[in-house]
Amino acid sequence: MSVAVEVKNLKKMYDGGSVYAVDGVDLATEEGEYLVLLGPSGCGKTTLLRTIAGLEQPTEGEVLIDGSVVNGLPPRVRKIAMVFQSYALYPHKTVLANIVFPLKAENIDRAEREEKARWAADLLGIGHLTDRKPRQLSGGERQRVALARAIVREPHVFLLDEPLSNLDAKLRASARDELKRFQQRVGTTTVYVTHDQAEAMGLGDRIAVMDQGRVRQVGHPVEVYDHPADTFVATFIGSPPMNLVKHNGTLVGFRPEHLLPDETVSGERVAMPLHIERIEYLSGDRHVYGTVSGLGEETRVIARLPATVTAPLRADETHEFSCGVDQIRFFDSDSGERSAPIRLGAARD
Amino acid sequence: MTDTVTAPPETRRTEIAEARVRLSDREGFLAWVFLVPTVVYIVALVGVPFFLAIAFAFSDVTTGDPSFDWAGLTNFERVFDDDVFWQSLQNTFVFTVVSMIFIVILGKVLANILIADFRGKWVVRFLVLLPWTTPVALSSLSWKWLLHSIYSPIDWTLHTTGLIGSDHIYWLGREPHALIAVIGVHVWRLVPLAAVIMMVGLLSIPNDMDEAARIDGAGYWRRMFEITIPLTFPLIAVAALFGAIFTFTDAAVVSVLTEGKPTNSTHVLASWSFQRGIDGGDVGQGAVIALFLFPMLLAAAVLILRAVRRMETL
Repeated sequence: MSVAVEVKNLKKMYDGGSVYAVDGVDLATEEGEYLVLLGPSGCGKTTLLRTIAGLEQPTEGEVLIDGSVVNGLPPRVRKIAMVFQSYALYPHKTVLANIVFPLKAENIDRAEREEKARWAADLLGIGHLTDRKPRQLSGGERQRVALARAIVREPHVFLLDEPLSNLDAKLRASARDELKRFQQRVGTTTVYVTHDQAEAMGLGDRIAVMDQGRVRQVGHPVEVYDHPADTFVATFIGSPPMNLVKHNGTLVGFRPEHLLPDETVSGERVAMPLHIERIEYLSGDRHVYGTVSGLGEETRVIARLPATVTAPLRADETHEFSCGVDQIRFFDSDSGERSAPIRLGAARD
Repeated sequence: MTDTVTAPPETRRTEIAEARVRLSDREGFLAWVFLVPTVVYIVALVGVPFFLAIAFAFSDVTTGDPSFDWAGLTNFERVFDDDVFWQSLQNTFVFTVVSMIFIVILGKVLANILIADFRGKWVVRFLVLLPWTTPVALSSLSWKWLLHSIYSPIDWTLHTTGLIGSDHIYWLGREPHALIAVIGVHVWRLVPLAAVIMMVGLLSIPNDMDEAARIDGAGYWRRMFEITIPLTFPLIAVAALFGAIFTFTDAAVVSVLTEGKPTNSTHVLASWSFQRGIDGGDVGQGAVIALFLFPMLLAAAVLILRAVRRMETL
């Protein structure tokens, strides 16, 4: 597989700024891949996307599209299409005129561009809305118009900047599913920016987790979730986040769903008494908030018990919990980076 | 919640029971209080003079004899018989239309400069707005000197640098030059206002819109004509109409700059009305001339309101 978009040691500092919004990022997408840039707001993910688009010029480093350096080139020659968070539909143009607009700029003749625009509109299921103005459309319909406008030029790369964040929660789930199926159908390389881990996990072939302008980890969603590279990734991904307990110079990490009442865990495991403070019932699961001791320093942790675990638990009681040793991760407490496993005293079979 | 934070229930109950609606809580009353000054102002300074002008138009009132006698259409007949009136009417429209075109084009250019980000933009913004903040009479006086037939530094510069050969330009003394001078001053003083109005329009366009158009491959001119101008059209219209109204109703520029000269060829309705009605003493005729400003202003007001409405629905 060839590389569609690549950035090499990319740095971006805004005029008048003093910190790098993007601070030395190396990243490459494979042809047809769905790469998600995930991170909290202000982590530089949108700046990175805009730099790829050509809306921002990098301070240092290179942007390559289809193997050639595009630094300094305007967006229009980069063979990219972008969907904005606000969709940025032209409010004074009809849906059809919105979709046709990129083709007009390419000087394609009228009949052909109309035909292509209708093809794009039908592909997104908005063929019956072409005479409407954007303000007459619902959020989901607007998003499709924006996608149709992006696809009509048959770009080499799609750049999507939080395209689901303007939709209400219910619509977001179905739109996410649609977006994924759409990309699988057209097979275009996509770089997708989001701060929502559910979107990232659900959509991405690979996820690049960013923080403070740097990429902390790139990998398949399962890998990023199960083997976080550092404590930032460990606590940013997962809801509730990974529990971290300090043990000498090491942070011992385990996901809430792996911390279960001892009687329900089999195999080699690490046991720890949990003093329960509070229990929440969330769509069948029980979230148990409490303090563990015996593992290292006393730390507040969360355990997520699936509906299948029916062990009776009550607040203000101490109950024996444990976590399978395979599920425990170790991080250096100073750097936060993943470190070698250490022996924990309380392990049992 | 603790007792120290909230008052005991009995106290709260009596507080609520004893509460009364104050005058300042009554919205109907407040609406009147806030509206009255505006209504009084409009009636006294717009309504009364307007109806007075209509009354004067049908009277024989002069500055020497202010007693009101019905004169029928005599004033209208005398005004229509006068060539200067027709010349003024024509000038008013020519000045307005030509100024408006330049005001819009230059205002748009200037608006782009105003929103641009560059070193020293504050100085430029200040200088750009200066003509608008200067009183018309004052700036007209400056222009009168700049364009003076003998002492004009503009003519001197053009002459000395050899740009106009050995001839002199008598800006205010010859007919086409005097017309151009009046239009020039109007454009100079109204462009800043138009620029600021259009700047607001430009700033109200979300950045995304321009960026989306750039991503879509549109160049500068396509973005300007297909995105920026349609999106700011209502404000461009407002700027144009304001320019038109201020040019149409202005008497000061002509009065100070040319005083209607040469031979009454640069008069506009407002200045001719003033000259006839006040300087000449024939209030009736002055009123008739001024009344011709009304239909045009009414049309402009309607168009402005429409533009504003369109802006709301965009």
